[in-house]
Amino acid sequence: MKLAFSRKHLCIPYAVFLVLFVIAPILIMLYYAFTDSQGTFTLANFGKIFTDVPTISAILTSLAVALLTTFLCLLIGYPVAYILARTGMKSSSTLLLLFITPMWINFVLRINAFKEFFAMINLLDKSAFFNTVIGMVYDFLPFMILPLYTTLIKMDKNVIEASQDLGANKFTTFVQVILPLSMPGIISGITMVFMPTMTNYVVSDILGRMQITILGKLIENYFMQNNWNMGAAISMFLLAIMFLFTFFTGGFKNEDNTRGGGLW
Amino acid sequence: MVKRILKYVFLALVLAFVYTPILVLVVFSFTDTVQIGTWNGFSFNLYVKLFNDARIMGIVRDTIVLALTAAIISTILGTTAAIGIYYSKKRTASILNAANNIPVINAEIVTALSLALTFALVLTFMNKTYASLLIGHIVITAPFVVLSVTPKLKQMDPHIYEAALDLGATPTKALFSVVIPDILPGMLSGFMLSITLSLDDYIVTAFTKPETFDTISTYVYNAVKVAGNSKVPELRALSALIFALIIIVVIMMNIFKKKETTK
Repeated sequence: MKLAFSRKHLCIPYAVFLVLFVIAPILIMLYYAFTDSQGTFTLANFGKIFTDVPTISAILTSLAVALLTTFLCLLIGYPVAYILARTGMKSSSTLLLLFITPMWINFVLRINAFKEFFAMINLLDKSAFFNTVIGMVYDFLPFMILPLYTTLIKMDKNVIEASQDLGANKFTTFVQVILPLSMPGIISGITMVFMPTMTNYVVSDILGRMQITILGKLIENYFMQNNWNMGAAISMFLLAIMFLFTFFTGGFKNEDNTRGGGLW
Repeated sequence: MVKRILKYVFLALVLAFVYTPILVLVVFSFTDTVQIGTWNGFSFNLYVKLFNDARIMGIVRDTIVLALTAAIISTILGTTAAIGIYYSKKRTASILNAANNIPVINAEIVTALSLALTFALVLTFMNKTYASLLIGHIVITAPFVVLSVTPKLKQMDPHIYEAALDLGATPTKALFSVVIPDILPGMLSGFMLSITLSLDDYIVTAFTKPETFDTISTYVYNAVKVAGNSKVPELRALSALIFALIIIVVIMMNIFKKKETTK
């Protein structure tokens, strides 16, 4: 029998890779999340997420950090994107590049630069929580600006002019027309900022002087103690939030992902 | 008029927030002090120390080698996958695309822990080895190659491949001389994106790396996470060099892209 080579068979190596290192690891994690250290089935790990004080406190801290960071990124990022995209600015794409260049600089080095700067102006020892939030905004702002800019620059000028011709003032036009039309950009901006902020413990460790425990840190702590079951349960909890979020925001689209920043 | 000025003042303030820490670090890389803020005269001492520090130089080399290796493997694996998926049945294609998106949308810590579990408890023979580290990096970079190549395949004229076959090319020959040149820009952007993501990664690296192996990310994190100032002032010189390099690359890419579009 002659084995017919077909172009579709080219996906086999990657399919095997995905099964081995993406699908199987999640199933293994699922198994550990639902068992105890002896390997017997239990729901105790998930029960602990909602009863254990350090875990609840990490969830609340993560939520506070993530909500505040996302809000501040929107508050700063939206006007930046709006000014660049919609106020007839010349060479706005070059200016945009200035705002998103930090995206390609190693984030640990950037956070360290921020730490040294904060130490210099004597702010580092003040509030660990405040430092963490400012550091997260510093780290994630480009990921908010880029999708907002992309959405705003594509917006049809005629729709905005129509609104003004029909007698709406600038404020009404903004609230009734521009803001609803920028929702896709706002949603992908939030996707790019909210989840990483709940888990990126490098920022909270370096700027919060190890005093702030967010969910990512909690998972790392369990990993360091070889407590696989609790780490797996919290990870499954995060995975569930992620799926719900993607489901409610209309599924993942490639355009939503701004990790590449469109540079390459 | 006032509005125009306000506009620029706002943009300038945000840029100041973004660039002040970086610029301060660059300025203080030219003076030999432990603590930034105190100026100890202009010197290249930190740069000299940096280049004489065998450990840091080794880490820089290891980081680059890892990023290149992961990017090359990811580009090959991701490109073949994208081609395969493109020509697969709709059902197979949608399953593979969904699986491909998992590492992209997942919180990195979840990907990291699931891999660490797999290596520590099932594939124990490669736990905390270079192999597990490399696999970790491919897991986070290869999906982006697939995402970069797929749109190029969709833009391709399918008749050219058929024509090549009609003119007597073997499928392999047609693939290399017709399909690959068409999707090359997508492969290149996937490759560059892989390098960027690999260089930037901390969490997956920390969860899969051998104990004694460090990348720039893990080394800097461990050196500076403790309270107080970092004990390694040479890191300022290293950071300044990396900042400068990235800014040059970004400017060059921008000029290059402008030329492409005006052509």
